[in-house]
Amino acid sequence: MSGDHNSQHSGEKHVTSYAAYFFVWFALLMLTVITVVVAGINFGNYTVATALFVASIKSYLVLTIFMHLKAESKIFKGFVGVALFFLLISLVLLFSDYSFL
Amino acid sequence: MSSTEHTAGVSHVHRDDEGARLGMWLFLFTELLLFGGLFLLYSVYRYLNQDAFHLAAKELNTLFGTFNTVILLTSSLTMALAIAAIQRGKKTLSVVLQLATLFMAFGFLVNKYIEWTAKIHHGIYPGSEILLDKSSGEILFFGLYYSMTGLHGLHVIIGMALIGYMTRLTVNGVINKDSFVKLESAGLYWHLVDLIWIFLFPLFYLIT
Repeated sequence: MSGDHNSQHSGEKHVTSYAAYFFVWFALLMLTVITVVVAGINFGNYTVATALFVASIKSYLVLTIFMHLKAESKIFKGFVGVALFFLLISLVLLFSDYSFL
Repeated sequence: MSSTEHTAGVSHVHRDDEGARLGMWLFLFTELLLFGGLFLLYSVYRYLNQDAFHLAAKELNTLFGTFNTVILLTSSLTMALAIAAIQRGKKTLSVVLQLATLFMAFGFLVNKYIEWTAKIHHGIYPGSEILLDKSSGEILFFGLYYSMTGLHGLHVIIGMALIGYMTRLTVNGVINKDSFVKLESAGLYWHLVDLIWIFLFPLFYLIT
């Protein structure tokens, strides 16, 4: 019976506690509140920067905890890093065309 | 528990859950490029039409956007919990959590429907006379608004179909305590939908 010993390497579990998920969810909601409140205050050019900064923190939480990236092997993290890096390159090169970034 | 009906032979099946998850991640990267391209488009157009974007964004209802953000974040929670439940062998709990996710996804779409209908009712939709009378920056804003939230909405629908199928597989016992990578992959997709919304929300609803 494979019932209780799924020790084959492919079936290994990274079990996160329910509480951790609730904590992340709560943090995400609080960060949403922060974004909405901050948007009401006029920081000029910093408003967008703040919104994107908070969105990045939220993304980090979703990626690492909800999507289990924290528990995955290094190759997953490397791949995600490369994907985001190429998106960043596109953004930087694009804006080098439109402004003096 | 749920695995009794098909335990025989399972231990001999060659399975690579990590490979399956990696495959899902690779697919998500293509999604990242799909939406990433649109975000790049948005950033340049916004940079070139800052005032028009601010003016146009006033038409959007922040309350609807915030409400939908809360719904989507909570649905992400229930999805993550559904996987945690099946990992612990709690089949019924997992099914209930998946159904809750589906319910919230549907709620998100209902809100989106109300929101879009109100916009269209006010004559703001691609190609409408009222919109074409506005400045080119505002036209661009609403073009991006409809295409990006529309594409996102399409992903919500696909996500619902995927999760619905996973719920069926969980009920059937195909997804169980020892084999839940399918549910994990559907979860990854759902969290991506959430991630995209995390950026769409401030960029469209919170420009003041």
